Amino acid sequence: MSTATNTHYNYKVVRQFAVMTVIWGIVGMVVGLFIAAQLVWPELNFEPYLTFGRLRPLHTNAVIFAFGGSALFATSYYVVQRTCQARLLSDGLAAFTFWGWNLVIVLAAITLPLGMTSSKEYAELEWPIDILIAIVWVVYAIVFFGTIMKRKTKHIYVANWFYGAFIITIAILHIVNNAEIPVTLFKSYSAYSGAMDATIQWWYGHNAVGFFLTAGFLGMMYYFVPKQAERPVYSYRLSIVHFWALIAIYIWAGPHHLHYTALPDWAQSLGMIMSLILLAPSWGGMINGVMTLSGAWHKLRTDPILRFLVVSLSFYGMSTFEGPMMAIKTVNALSHYTDWTIGHVHSGALGWVAMVSIGAMYHLIPKVFGREAMYSTSLINTHFWLATIGTVLYIVSMWVNGITQGLMWQAVNADGTLQYSFIESVQASSTGYIVRLIGGGFFVLGMFVMLYNVWQTVRGTNAEEVKAAAAMA
Amino acid sequence: MDFDINTLRGLATVLCMAAFIGVVLWAYSERKSKDFDEAASLPFADEDKLSQSGASINNKKEAQHV
Repeated sequence: MSTATNTHYNYKVVRQFAVMTVIWGIVGMVVGLFIAAQLVWPELNFEPYLTFGRLRPLHTNAVIFAFGGSALFATSYYVVQRTCQARLLSDGLAAFTFWGWNLVIVLAAITLPLGMTSSKEYAELEWPIDILIAIVWVVYAIVFFGTIMKRKTKHIYVANWFYGAFIITIAILHIVNNAEIPVTLFKSYSAYSGAMDATIQWWYGHNAVGFFLTAGFLGMMYYFVPKQAERPVYSYRLSIVHFWALIAIYIWAGPHHLHYTALPDWAQSLGMIMSLILLAPSWGGMINGVMTLSGAWHKLRTDPILRFLVVSLSFYGMSTFEGPMMAIKTVNALSHYTDWTIGHVHSGALGWVAMVSIGAMYHLIPKVFGREAMYSTSLINTHFWLATIGTVLYIVSMWVNGITQGLMWQAVNADGTLQYSFIESVQASSTGYIVRLIGGGFFVLGMFVMLYNVWQTVRGTNAEEVKAAAAMA
Repeated sequence: MDFDINTLRGLATVLCMAAFIGVVLWAYSERKSKDFDEAASLPFADEDKLSQSGASINNKKEAQHV
């Protein structure tokens, strides 16, 4: 018995998180679709539980932490075992992270529509849930780093460096930003106040982007792109340099969320400069991923999984160019508080995070379920086009809306009065909201295609094959 | 020269620059070449061990279907 467990990878927890990635992805994106529809038809705001204000944090938490989080758990557990050639440190602790993380998600889905919120963006969950998250996360760190410590290989593969940085930094960000004083079981107030509170919130907020949505998914990229392209990463040296540059610089970029606020001017400028410098390490990763395909470009003709991965890198490159531009104070004066920001976020979230996760899942799911390949390759291709068209419609409509809004809000008459009322800018945005809804619809439809494909793949397997797939030697 | 907070800030910048140059020199040194090649091949290193047992089971299944 003990020999059997020692010579097998723990694929069970990977399978669980992989399936939940698809399910939470659909849940989170359907909520997103619904709130997009609310902006087209305000009648869809059903008080008090199903209003935009309560569902928007549910959408962001579900897609970032439930969908993205499950994808990161699944792939990090898979990659760390395969590249260290060692079974996870502890099956029990790994199972605890699965059930604990899903409990957090269920609690979020209950408390947010009830209006329980600490009101910090991307950290809305109330203090008892925050404590649960911290416990699950520390156990995650123990399982991950414990597995690295018992590795059979000499080196720690670069993907694990990125996953490791993501795990450590998210623990620090979560604990520091959620320092709060409980008043009741369901209500707490931040331990910080004023501009300091805002600074810490956006130090957290932007590094949730930098480490959860970037470093973690770069870890994914560094394993699954070489694997799917069947060649090692373009430059291992570049991966080291851009890793250290990325983690050293990201941590400073948060203040660009607070341009023209009570935050001291020098801190705003610092955030802007650091955001601009960030372009270099971001593109280091993008170039490294894309160049891994050199000599293998023909594979894109036949392999839709590789298409997902490469297009995700293109969107990553695009949004990490757009981000630094938007961090420039004069550009930010136009873009901030408009739909441009929403478009930028979704260029990263749909184009980069979701597409790289989807590609990784299509690679990983057959492997951990003991199948040769996914049930249908042509359905993967269908999904690819639905996702790409959906993302492009989403981004373009939000660019148009954002620039329209920014220009209308800035327009003044000769006597200095505002040329447009706010509601006029809302009216001007209505077409964009419809296009965005259609784009989101395409993306969600693709996820349902994926669900069907995954279901058919999983259905075709049996216990013997599943067990054999995890055998190490 | 007075050593004040601005001197410290200047030093921090210089130290960060030095650390960055250090990382670049280390990463691109010829000495590390072999190690990095080994590390870069890690995603493929466990394939042989895995595919044998998995494939043999799959082949058996195929044979049964026939």
